[in-house]
Amino acid sequence: MFLRGILKKISQINFGLMSPEDIRKMSVTKIMTPDTYDEDGYPIENGLMDPRLGVIDPGLKCRSCGSKGGECQGHFGSINLARPVIHVGFADTIHKILRSTCKSCGRVLLTETEIFEYKTKIEHLIKNEESLTSIIKEIYAEARRDKCPHCEEEQEDIKIDKPVSIVEGNYKLTPSEVRERLEMIPPEDALILGVNPEVAKPEWMVLTVLPVPPVTVRPSITLETGERSEDDLTHKLVDILRINQRLKENMEAGAPQLIVEDLWELLQYHVTTYFDNEASGVPPARHRSGRPLKTLAQRLKGKEGRFRSNLSGKRVNFSARTVISPDPNISINEVGVPELIAKEVTVPVYVTEWNIEELKEYIKNGPDIHPGANYVIRPDDRKIRIYEETKEVVMEKLEPGYVVERHLKNGDIVLFNRQPSLHRMSMMAHEVRVLPYKTFRLNLCVCPPYNADFDGDEMNMHVFQTEESRAEAKSLMRVQEHILSPRFGGPIIGGIHDHISGAYLLTKEDSVFKEDEVFQMLLRSKLPLPKKTGNPWTGKQIFSLLLPDDLNLVYKAEICRKCDECLRNECENDAYVVIEDGILKSGAIDDKAYGAFSGKILDHIVKEYGTDRAREFLDASTKLAISGIMIKGFTTSTNDEEIPREAKERIEELLDKAENRVEQLIEAYKNEELEPLPGRSLEDTLEMKIMQVLGEARDKSGEIAESYFGMDNHAVIMALTGARGSMLNLTQITACVGQQSVRGGRIKRGYSERTLPHFKKGELGAREGGFVHSSYKEGLDPLEFFFHAMGGREGLVDTAIRTAQSGYMQRRLVNALQDLNVKPDGTVMDNRGVIIQTMYGEDKVDPAKSDYGKVVDIDKLIEGMRIKSNK
Amino acid sequence: MKRDILKHEMVPDHVILSKSKVNKLLKDKNIHAEQLPKIKIDDPVVKEIGAKSGDVLEITRKSATAGKFVTYRLVVE
Repeated sequence: MFLRGILKKISQINFGLMSPEDIRKMSVTKIMTPDTYDEDGYPIENGLMDPRLGVIDPGLKCRSCGSKGGECQGHFGSINLARPVIHVGFADTIHKILRSTCKSCGRVLLTETEIFEYKTKIEHLIKNEESLTSIIKEIYAEARRDKCPHCEEEQEDIKIDKPVSIVEGNYKLTPSEVRERLEMIPPEDALILGVNPEVAKPEWMVLTVLPVPPVTVRPSITLETGERSEDDLTHKLVDILRINQRLKENMEAGAPQLIVEDLWELLQYHVTTYFDNEASGVPPARHRSGRPLKTLAQRLKGKEGRFRSNLSGKRVNFSARTVISPDPNISINEVGVPELIAKEVTVPVYVTEWNIEELKEYIKNGPDIHPGANYVIRPDDRKIRIYEETKEVVMEKLEPGYVVERHLKNGDIVLFNRQPSLHRMSMMAHEVRVLPYKTFRLNLCVCPPYNADFDGDEMNMHVFQTEESRAEAKSLMRVQEHILSPRFGGPIIGGIHDHISGAYLLTKEDSVFKEDEVFQMLLRSKLPLPKKTGNPWTGKQIFSLLLPDDLNLVYKAEICRKCDECLRNECENDAYVVIEDGILKSGAIDDKAYGAFSGKILDHIVKEYGTDRAREFLDASTKLAISGIMIKGFTTSTNDEEIPREAKERIEELLDKAENRVEQLIEAYKNEELEPLPGRSLEDTLEMKIMQVLGEARDKSGEIAESYFGMDNHAVIMALTGARGSMLNLTQITACVGQQSVRGGRIKRGYSERTLPHFKKGELGAREGGFVHSSYKEGLDPLEFFFHAMGGREGLVDTAIRTAQSGYMQRRLVNALQDLNVKPDGTVMDNRGVIIQTMYGEDKVDPAKSDYGKVVDIDKLIEGMRIKSNK
Repeated sequence: MKRDILKHEMVPDHVILSKSKVNKLLKDKNIHAEQLPKIKIDDPVVKEIGAKSGDVLEITRKSATAGKFVTYRLVVE
């Protein structure tokens, strides 16, 4: 069979109601007295803390099942209610049922033919395992008549007075009357009303017996003062019992109807709030202190309820969370852990004759000195805390077979995570580096996979507790194993920001360093020192020290201007990168070399030389780049966006021209001289042409500004090397911000026929439509500022909506795919063993190991070979 | 006016596998026929080529990653 591996399969789950008999059968004792403990502190028999309801104290045995405290899950008791009460959870259903049934004969208010039709429909749906909700809704809408079709009885309107009062005409039905009416409904009719007679009868929605949950559900707490404090549920049950008692006594004494009814109401109130203390229309029951009681529904509901806070999400041990901060000196594989945390979370170590001395040393240090230990677990599983006073004794007793929970120390493997955990690189295994202060430290190269920055981000750390998990994490989850992303087959871990600028400054043409500077840099990057030559070094020579000796690679750098005809080795921007036998012959190192998301050299090293080599390369190259940038010096300010007066004049002239052109277009439109573009209305054509003119104007103004920027400008270096920012950012600061848009077009909203009251009606020129012709540096005028805020707001709203939408989309996708697995022969199967794909991805390629999604990058191979053969 | 849907560019090639080929396929993959992906008997192509319930179709289609890709489907009611 293809269900192999499945031992037990759930064929169906029935949901039904509990009958009074079920409740009595399950009950181990009747609860009669509202008291809990007697003067001596012993639980009272037939009280709410009756010992038969289960035990909490370990050591005591349960009177009902005989198991020890902690093992006995408790037993239900029951309260016989003096008068029936309506269950709040079913009040709505009761109301709907009573409205759709006859008051005298109990039949559903449908004709025989209708009943037959609905019955066959329902049976058909049940057979096909389809949902009944819609048809039952239809029945409730249909079964409302003034006269019963079966006994001709006139029907009265039944209303519900939230939460539990059922009113017929002007008379309020008592729960007993409600129950009697529900009892009259024949089982066949109940089925049509959505109550399956096999598992529930309508009258069970009115309670005659109340189950009392075991004490394990509502444990009492002993305060330090020796005072006992009962659970909210127990308090509520006491109230119920008291009123129940009084009601019973009054009834037996033959008290006037009015008094009995009042007590009955009160009993209904207590039972209602026992189930749900936030039911609308009922004042919540309060504790003596005035705090509303937390009853059954409140335990389950909402974010802090059982489902969301205890079942879907759980707290874990051996974990830590704190703010993150950068540390360029640690390896990408490492994480800096504050000593405070290292002393709190522990690693269990089995004592053997080979490590006993070492472990004794930890115990000697105790819980407060760093490489210490917090607990010792004896072979009989008893856990002993190590105190300053007890550590000597514990140390004496230590022998193989014991387990020592020692502090986290350098080299331990931990799991490091940042929410939202959207892809597998959101949880990676790091090696611990215990450091002073209170933040987690991480290498800057691992910011992109975690999507982390240091504006207050916090991250979580989990300590592995078994050898197996450590081994698995080390081989599968270590940071270096995740340099290549399965998303696009390229590196996701790599240099960022200053790493890129630094490498560019280091390796750009005519970048020469004095030999002592070079040695200083190498020393700082912890690289082996080469022999002294006595001559100055070029940056390319320095960078070549990091490259594997047999590396051959050719690619175009990020600074490539994409000329019409590539000059290759003669590139005047130094953008044609050639690496021959591990020597950087030409080209500058930038984002394309070892940046996150696009680093070609890094990508090549991981794929050809393995992850160890790649980690070394990344650690060394980023450190070298930082040393480089420190020697060269690097700074940016608005002075970088400064252009001469003549440039400003040229831009002004250009923008004026464009604005005039827009006026001309509008004039042409008004005179009906404008030719519509194919498939567009005249208005659309005008809009498009205006957008085009203004777009061009912005671009041209940018080009003018750019022509005054050179590679000696630090902001430009950052933009062109891909370190941070773009040329667009710079030209918006310098020349012209450009058209603001809302919903993909120029701004048209606001007042009738105009965007702001400062304009004439009907005019939609460049300014009126939200064209910002100032630059950020000049400053925007108030109207421009307002339009800019409109465009900016749309951007913010869009990102907020996009994250929510894509988050839910991803969640559904992950839920659909999580149980799929790839078999050794490449078939993809789900957990039932059904084939999803006969070959993974149809080509059996692991995208993380592919060349940007392709099986092989032929161009890359050919280029590599060409260099080799050219020598 | 009925067009031959099998000749449409977007309809991949469907071929009914012979009993022996089906057995070989199932043996190679070490699976039961029920584990194969399904195709409904009222699928236009299935009707066109006259496959019966229980037949296994070999479908050869263009693939963005592999160029050409062969997969199998079990005809079901």
